[in-house]
Amino acid sequence: MLEITLWGKKFKNPVIAASGTFGFGREYNELYDVSVLGGIATKGLTLKKREGNEGERCYETAGGMLNSVGLQNPGIDYFIENELTFMKSLNTVIIANLSGGSIEEYVKGAEKLDKSDVDIIELNISCPNVKEGGMNFGIKSKVAREVVREVRKVVEKPLVVKLSPNAEDIVDMAVSCVEEGADGISLVNTFKAMAIDIYKRKPVFKNVFAGLSGPSIKPIALRMVYEVSKAVDVPVIGLGGIRDYKDAIEFMMAGASLVQVGTANFINPFACIEIVKGMENFLKVQGINSIGEIIGIV
Amino acid sequence: MQYKSLDVLENVMVAENIYKLTLKGEYEVKPGQFFMLKSWEDEPILSRPFSIYDKGEDYISFLYEVKGKGTEKLSRLKKEDKVKVLGPLGNGMDVSRIKGKVALIGGGIGIAPLAYFAKKIEADVDIYFGFRDEVYGIENLRNKELFITTKSGRVGYKGYVTDIFNPFDYNLVITCGPLVMMNKVKRICEKTATPLYLLMESKMACGIGACLVCACKTKDGMRRVCKDGPIFKGEEVVLDA
Repeated sequence: MLEITLWGKKFKNPVIAASGTFGFGREYNELYDVSVLGGIATKGLTLKKREGNEGERCYETAGGMLNSVGLQNPGIDYFIENELTFMKSLNTVIIANLSGGSIEEYVKGAEKLDKSDVDIIELNISCPNVKEGGMNFGIKSKVAREVVREVRKVVEKPLVVKLSPNAEDIVDMAVSCVEEGADGISLVNTFKAMAIDIYKRKPVFKNVFAGLSGPSIKPIALRMVYEVSKAVDVPVIGLGGIRDYKDAIEFMMAGASLVQVGTANFINPFACIEIVKGMENFLKVQGINSIGEIIGIV
Repeated sequence: MQYKSLDVLENVMVAENIYKLTLKGEYEVKPGQFFMLKSWEDEPILSRPFSIYDKGEDYISFLYEVKGKGTEKLSRLKKEDKVKVLGPLGNGMDVSRIKGKVALIGGGIGIAPLAYFAKKIEADVDIYFGFRDEVYGIENLRNKELFITTKSGRVGYKGYVTDIFNPFDYNLVITCGPLVMMNKVKRICEKTATPLYLLMESKMACGIGACLVCACKTKDGMRRVCKDGPIFKGEEVVLDA
């Protein structure tokens, strides 16, 4: 009923744990059997190990949270050698989230992941371009195009590009990525935001800006998923503030074939499996035979 | 680790802005471990981490300072209200292995986990607790060697715990409190190479090691307070205080 096949991969259901909120699946697997999920997107991976940011990394806001973890991760080689075997044993679709600071770094990382056992590569273009003054690759379509084009050349596996909501024009961004060979689009990543400590008269975060996620971004994320789904002919993965099955259904009605659940895992550690169960019951009660029937019906 | 809804047995103010929350539940825990607590539905969105202050056969209690929205909501809990509880979490310490004489050095609300260490350690323990003015969290320590300091001089020695603590007397030191205090304790212990453990505090989102927001800077890189800690060896932690 919830099963869906995309890019030749069978998803038990459309619910995927979002990158950066689920580690490599180990921690949540201690709480429940994560193999019931449709898929798991890994913590953002870079070619080399990264220690991440110093100072505050988390700040709660009304209906959401700001994070400034800074892509802390053990590096792609370590991931392939020490985490991937475990992840593959979980019997769910494994999506490697690839991040980078330069096109060369993205390409080298993509080559390694493409040779590994991951099922899908999700290209995170919401990373600062170290060589171009730190502007995020995901802001200008022209810049994103270059990354996708170069990565596509070395990737045979399904390639999904994860968009930043901070893109100048989200629809043009999505269309550009598809034109450069993206097999799918996931959106949205976190919103660029900030907070100020009024007693210290300073930004809360050392980097000044941080990424906003959680229920408060949902209506904007939903609008973007709706617009992008209408504009591209590849599958769309919707995310941004999904907290329960109703939110997930909304994203699918807006055009998403799959959804990702991120911050909700922190709000309720069982969020992902509750959403799977809730979607199943919703379909039953509504007399819908297959989840495919509601994708993009709005 | 379990995720349960527990009944409030008691939630009392023990000092200005300091509360003790006791929940009905049976757990196997180690000193230094913590739980993620949440007594609300929508706002704030995240649970809050609290170390174990005390535990009996059928209860577990936490000592907390009201600092923000979460703790303010907790402070309003009444008997039989429900609290969602995830845990026990974190490494904790197997205190049965401790040999020799131990010093527990706490400052402010950082004394909370140390009170449970004091209860569980069978070896000889001296306790140094420092407060700004009002003293709290010592009701289970009546028959222990307890040295109190207050900044105001209201109770005990006027000054800081680090003024009166001498590492020479101890085989092991465990500390929890403000970074400035822990840094001082660390420097004092380094002089005599006295083994030291630090209990680190951090804001957390998931509490189980997945989100990486509770980073602790160590000699081996960033470690997770919630999963690799909250107890870290003194020599491995890099304190910026």
